[in-house]
Amino acid sequence: MANTATHDHAHDHHDHKPHGLKRWLYATNHKDIGTMYLVFACVMFFLGGAMALVIRAELFQPGLQFVDPGFYNSMTTMHALLMIFGAVMPAWTGLANWMVPMQVGAPDMALPRLNNFSFWLLPFAFTLLLLTLFVPGGAPAGGWTLYPPLSLQAGDSFPLTIFAIHLMGISSILGAINVVVTILNMRAPGMGLLNMPLFCWTWLITAYLLIAVMPVLAGAVTMLLTDYFFGTSFFAASGGGDPVMFQHIFWFFGHPEVYILILPAFGVVSEIIPTFSRKPLFGYESMVYATASIAFLSFIVWAHHMFTVGMPLAGQLFFMLSTMLIAVPTGVKVFNWCATMWKGSISFETPMLFAIAFLFLFTLGGFSGLMLAIVPADFQYHDSYFVVAHFHYVLVPGAVFAIMAGVYYWLPKWTGRMYNEKIGKLHFWLSTIGVNVLFFPQHFLGLAGMPRRIPDYSTQFADWNMVSSLGASLFGFSQLLFVYVIWSAVRSGEKAADRPWEGAHGLEWELPTPAPYHSWETPPTRSVISHGAMH
Amino acid sequence: MSEMREQNNRRLTLRLLGFAAGAFAFGFALVPLYDVICDITGVGNPKDLLRASNVQAIEHDESRLVTVEFVADLPSVGSWEFRPVIAEMKANPGRLYEIDYVARNLTGRDTVAQAIPNVAPGKATAFFRKTECFCFIPQNFAKDEERVMPVRFVIDPNLPKSIDRVTLSYVFYDNSTRVAALN
Amino acid sequence: MTRHARTALSATAFAILGSLAPLAAHAEWGNLNMPVGVTVLSKEIHALHMTMFWWCVAIGVFVFGWMIWSLVAFRKSQGAKPDTTMTHSTKAEIVWTVIPVVILVIMAIPAARTLIAIEDTRNTEISIKVTGYQWKWHYDYLGEDVKFFSSLARASDEARQLGSGVNPESVENYLRDVDNPLVVPEDTKVRVLLTAQDVIHAWWVPAFGMKKDAIPGNVNELWFKVEKGKTGLYRGQCAELCGRDHGFMPIVVKVVTKDEYRTWLAGQKAGESTPADASSEPAADSSPTIAALPAAPQG
Repeated sequence: MANTATHDHAHDHHDHKPHGLKRWLYATNHKDIGTMYLVFACVMFFLGGAMALVIRAELFQPGLQFVDPGFYNSMTTMHALLMIFGAVMPAWTGLANWMVPMQVGAPDMALPRLNNFSFWLLPFAFTLLLLTLFVPGGAPAGGWTLYPPLSLQAGDSFPLTIFAIHLMGISSILGAINVVVTILNMRAPGMGLLNMPLFCWTWLITAYLLIAVMPVLAGAVTMLLTDYFFGTSFFAASGGGDPVMFQHIFWFFGHPEVYILILPAFGVVSEIIPTFSRKPLFGYESMVYATASIAFLSFIVWAHHMFTVGMPLAGQLFFMLSTMLIAVPTGVKVFNWCATMWKGSISFETPMLFAIAFLFLFTLGGFSGLMLAIVPADFQYHDSYFVVAHFHYVLVPGAVFAIMAGVYYWLPKWTGRMYNEKIGKLHFWLSTIGVNVLFFPQHFLGLAGMPRRIPDYSTQFADWNMVSSLGASLFGFSQLLFVYVIWSAVRSGEKAADRPWEGAHGLEWELPTPAPYHSWETPPTRSVISHGAMH
Repeated sequence: MSEMREQNNRRLTLRLLGFAAGAFAFGFALVPLYDVICDITGVGNPKDLLRASNVQAIEHDESRLVTVEFVADLPSVGSWEFRPVIAEMKANPGRLYEIDYVARNLTGRDTVAQAIPNVAPGKATAFFRKTECFCFIPQNFAKDEERVMPVRFVIDPNLPKSIDRVTLSYVFYDNSTRVAALN
Repeated sequence: MTRHARTALSATAFAILGSLAPLAAHAEWGNLNMPVGVTVLSKEIHALHMTMFWWCVAIGVFVFGWMIWSLVAFRKSQGAKPDTTMTHSTKAEIVWTVIPVVILVIMAIPAARTLIAIEDTRNTEISIKVTGYQWKWHYDYLGEDVKFFSSLARASDEARQLGSGVNPESVENYLRDVDNPLVVPEDTKVRVLLTAQDVIHAWWVPAFGMKKDAIPGNVNELWFKVEKGKTGLYRGQCAELCGRDHGFMPIVVKVVTKDEYRTWLAGQKAGESTPADASSEPAADSSPTIAALPAAPQG
């Protein structure tokens, strides 16, 4: 079916693309912008990873060996901000830019110039944020959650941080608006909402979450800013404010934010598992409904991040029950993925391996999440390394593995070249072993009583910290392989077929490989759409 | 791209931008909403403790005694002396009591200070009524002045039976710790 | 493909086995689980934690078993043919929605029961106000006029400086020792009022099962009752990021018998300077001295 597509794009002006710096600076092509997002995310992933390695190096042994405790706190704060806002979110936006138009049969994103703007805000935002490392008083060190009054003790970094967060927020809101408009208005005729690949569905819901909660974060940090500079007392007890209120507002943003990071991962995995099981996704519609209910529930569980602030009994019970309820739609998803593999014909290429690791390890993170929901037990777990283990399990082998799976999966379509399967698999195994050696012992540390965000610890925690740090360096340095495998594929990979995966389905695989610079300028016909869906 | 589609896109974009603006406003609306929710859920809003309540004609409950503890805190050490005259007492719900706090200004200058009240457990807040309190208005203090400041309170007889002990605590903030306009 | 997977799997197995060998030799490796603790609540919380853990294990055996079964049984390399007609089943969807809901309800009931017990603050016998400072704790025995600061012990404080050259292993209770521990009697319901002077802190002693935030301008409460016979030292730490030295404000609670407590308290009031030492000072009468009753009721 690639012929149909190439035929549509046979006009030679399509291969004209701007060259040099201008191509990127003035980019309006969704593929160029998607590439820029992905490259940016990769750079941030390594910067944030370097900070994580500073943290793990300091924690390798008891005693302070390398950094001052204040700088250590900056490292944990910046690591979180870079990974969440700099690596994972832009990576998802990059994948959406590349894949959504190709998957719904649109020629480009709906708002190409806005798309350019929302990307180019990011380098400025993160330059500002990284600059704080060099200002008097150092980078923000109050944790990425910015709880006052501690966050208000920051020095010159404070306004820079707030401004950077505003820029990141605007960037993601605009990016999200673009995705919603593209999906709702730009689908090819015949591509109904319930014909869309699940990646588009999860991103549509994610985009709505972004538009709903990023402004709330903007509001919260604006209030911090006025408390800091203009003498308001939203969160200052001295003026009749309440520091706990910040936590409520922050987590009203923060919990949906968690799903912003993970919902697109559900989408990617829902593309990959059927492909390599050579079987359609089991329970497509229930997957859509489950995603929507997770998104809905994310708005009424926020206070489970703050069970220890002293809430009334009724509040604790409510947030415990609503949190536990999230396990139901999440379970539906996991069961659907299992059922998709059941009676399939499974092969184990790199994207599938990452998707399988996602399935196992995200579920593991889900279990610890369920335990954390139990309020009395949370009084022990809260702010301990158990929590660190939990959210890293859902974010690293969860979100990050899904991003990597997606990159391996679609790389042949993007570049026209195949990555080296052997090195890809090596990358997978080293990452998977590394990530478990890194994070699994942190469960033990937390249960034994080690609080999070401390630069030094008593000797009873020494052994598992050492194991964890070894895992961190294994995981961290394995990621250089990821860059290498992509780089070598782009430069000298084998030519990839139009449909490099036997079981792949969806409109993107109806396009020639590599995907032409302008795809679906003429919308795919209904027969192309149904052919794409059948695979 | 057809004109029609362009128009649709613009309309949807504007609507979504409006949605985002609404969400931004909602972030700020959470501030007053927070108080409202505290009130509705009966959690008790500490801000209510800054206002005098009307407590005419409440029935005494002679059979019940609640321990009331008094606590004083300062945001910084050394510049003030601030303490309750008594540490705790037993109180009948419904009965009006008066107790005193003493403050002495050691900052070395004339200044204004504001006490911020708090009640533990939080759910007792709504049942702790004060007819008179030095925390209702900022207090002027001359250099080295020491003053006895009264609090008059009633514990609402509807205080849940699960509470047998209530702590009234004040933090005493002066100008140097930024007293914001409270009204 | 499977050959690769197999090699990699065996490599993993070797790696895990290899790292297991030295584990057994070392005592600290045993710190894998939450302490049972020494209070009524900590035991309940531990039981709850274990219940949840076993539920997760059971569900895990089922889910992971299903995954592994699928991955092994339906390998393309073994000639598996896909059943492409299997796309949805309303019956299955209902089953795997309803069963989890039932399990969750079963989990929530004991959790709610424990929570209600935790929130029952009646009949406490001692009130201690705990104030978090950057970076130490202040303890105030309400109504007793006994109050003191509790900071990181000097030996730890010296060793923990960047480039101190002191091996933490050589410091006893490194980072878990203080100059003046909190002293409480066993078998007594102690109410802790938590507040903070500057930023938010959190008071956490794992053996007591409880943790709560200490928030400036706010008073939180928690209670604990150490079981009879469980005297000794219990250690914890600040659990909420509170700035530069967040990792260096430990909590030590010394649980003593009721008699020892009375003696200690009297000694404190008499101005004894070593709060931790309960043995000396022949005590005066230690009944709490409550100041004069309030002005006559005016209701």
